[in-house]
Amino acid sequence: MWSYIESIAIPVAALLLSLVIFSVFILFSGANAIDVLEAIFRGAFGSWFSWQNTLVRAAPLMLTAICTALPARIGLIVIGGEGAMVAGGLAAAMIGIALNGLPPLLVISSMVLTGSLIGGLWIAAVGAFKHYRNVNETISSLLLNYIAIAVLNFLVLGILRDPASLNKPSSYPIGDANMIGNIGDTSIHGGLIFGVVTCLILWFVMRRTTFGFAVDMIGGNRRAAQLSGLAVGKLVIVTCFIAGAAAGLAGMIEIAAVQGRANTSLNAGYGYAGILVAFLARHNPLAIIPVALLLGGIRASSGLLQRNFDLPDATTLVLQGIIFIVILASEAFYGKLNWFKPKVVTA
Amino acid sequence: MSKDKINLSRRNLLKGITAAGAASVMGGFGMSTAWAAPKSVNMGFIYVGPRDDYGYNQSHFEGKSAVAKLDWVKAFDEENVPETIEVVKTMESMINLNGAQVLFPTSFGYFDPFILKTAAKYPQVMFLHCGGLWDASKHPKNVGSYFGYIDEPVYLSGVIAGHMSKTGKLGYIAAIPIPQVLRNINSFTLGARSVNPKITTHVVFTGGWSNPVKEAEAANSMADQGIDVLTCHVDSPKVVVQTAEKRGIMCCGYHTDQSVLAPKGFLTGAEWNWSKVYSDYAEMIKTGKTIPNLVRGGLKEGIVKSSPYGKVVTAKAKVHADKIRKQFMDGSMVVYKGPLKDNTGKIVIPAGKQHTQTDIALESMNWLVEGVIGTTKS
Repeated sequence: MWSYIESIAIPVAALLLSLVIFSVFILFSGANAIDVLEAIFRGAFGSWFSWQNTLVRAAPLMLTAICTALPARIGLIVIGGEGAMVAGGLAAAMIGIALNGLPPLLVISSMVLTGSLIGGLWIAAVGAFKHYRNVNETISSLLLNYIAIAVLNFLVLGILRDPASLNKPSSYPIGDANMIGNIGDTSIHGGLIFGVVTCLILWFVMRRTTFGFAVDMIGGNRRAAQLSGLAVGKLVIVTCFIAGAAAGLAGMIEIAAVQGRANTSLNAGYGYAGILVAFLARHNPLAIIPVALLLGGIRASSGLLQRNFDLPDATTLVLQGIIFIVILASEAFYGKLNWFKPKVVTA
Repeated sequence: MSKDKINLSRRNLLKGITAAGAASVMGGFGMSTAWAAPKSVNMGFIYVGPRDDYGYNQSHFEGKSAVAKLDWVKAFDEENVPETIEVVKTMESMINLNGAQVLFPTSFGYFDPFILKTAAKYPQVMFLHCGGLWDASKHPKNVGSYFGYIDEPVYLSGVIAGHMSKTGKLGYIAAIPIPQVLRNINSFTLGARSVNPKITTHVVFTGGWSNPVKEAEAANSMADQGIDVLTCHVDSPKVVVQTAEKRGIMCCGYHTDQSVLAPKGFLTGAEWNWSKVYSDYAEMIKTGKTIPNLVRGGLKEGIVKSSPYGKVVTAKAKVHADKIRKQFMDGSMVVYKGPLKDNTGKIVIPAGKQHTQTDIALESMNWLVEGVIGTTKS
């Protein structure tokens, strides 16, 4: 119970402190801090239109955040979400193009499976390099991002290129019938459901299954886990696979719900933004959902800040940066604040 | 910021869209969209990169700033908007919250599917896209394209470079080998070779529109190879121009005026003149004129221009370039006329044949002209 209160109170306090620091920054750039904060809130959550704007931006972040959060629980710092997303999206697009014409349900499910599989293998490779060859996972996952982007460029400029895409080299389209539509009559595409459901399932898996317990145990003390008989290597690779599969799924959704074809727009930075989300959520899959909403909302409000206050786009990046640093610094307070602890009655 | 602008409920939004849709039907909107002379004109601009990139995005921002000076225009913009669903949300937000009547999403990749889908949803708003992709047979009527034949001033840059180069080796740093880019490289080379047929242009493709590290590497390696004039076609020429200046060689700019970045070696450059294009559109909307779906033009139409000559440019070079500029202005100059060989020796335009600027055949250019060292494969 007390740890629950602590795990909510500390991030909220950190968030409020970030807003105070941000306000000082805004004062220096000549705008009224209260007006700016109000505009951020309106732009992010102030109306149904703003909510939809926030939700579509948050959807891919939920999945790419998993790609960093899950390996972090087992003790690996993986920053390869961008590469896994690009690889998964590219593979999904290729399957979509190849199967175009078959029943859409079949095509879409094949795309989901292929995108997740390739994204999963992409990060599983990172885990395998780490376990068997002791290659630093942060460096290898970062470098794999560049490889994925290079492969994408190579294929899109080469064999996959639709000759009709003259000045924006793109693959052939997957076909309108195979696109994932919007949820009901909103303008939010189905990717949000994938994001929320994935986060919920993984939250359950991490908290309620022996697998989740084993992962946390390895993350806590790898040597002890090994000595107690856990198959560390296997668990590392499986965890990395699930993480990569989530990012690959994000890539598939970007293709099937947004772009309709593969091109360089697939590499839009969601993988990197996901790292921020994962750290802010302290690698908890459930917390990823509200944190993704928060960052999606900040991003959604950027337009209003630019148009109404003449502030540069970088303003929202500054806010994101402040939140990131303050939340990381606030980690130091966990377990240190006495008033969260139950009073121990001594005899 | 007024509250009522922001506070849109979904119901009001739907009402507004329906009403606007109905109004457009009753108004008998035909081929193109026209307005009954509104009091103020609300124009939204969207850029894929930063406003101050000394390049493509800045050229549009300068256009926006010019049109914003008119007291009957309300112009607003948003920078760093990626070519994803985010640009859809930005467009919708400008329509719903700022009352945009016309939108200028300027990045090439915004067009398909984002502009096309959003335009179908908001038939009362005009979507004008920079790039010339609009096709009457396929695309909504409230979408249009505008673009400039910037290879005309690029040709003039080539003429100046041809006069100024001592080594006879020019360098071109380009993003990816797409028709638009190849056309600029070819025009630059043809311009230079019209002065000295022995001149060669070395091409490096960096693989992306914004790759500052590779751009700097390419510029340095070109300077090492004895190339003495650099130019480029990437989103921001800043890195290439600054590197050239640092290495003590000359350069030609692109997109906007970069002369301040290279006070010593800057020769001239090819610039967009969006201020004119955007002011013309604003005027058309204000007076209720029909907006044409396709606007294209070169030096003659004032859509593109050359940067002022740098101080090292010789009088002889200026006279020569100005003479050709006159021919562009009176329409007698044709860049692409046969016989013309590509750099593999194949004849691409036979003798006696010529492609004028508006010729659609030039839009799918996939070859590099004789004198270019490089291939169309990146």
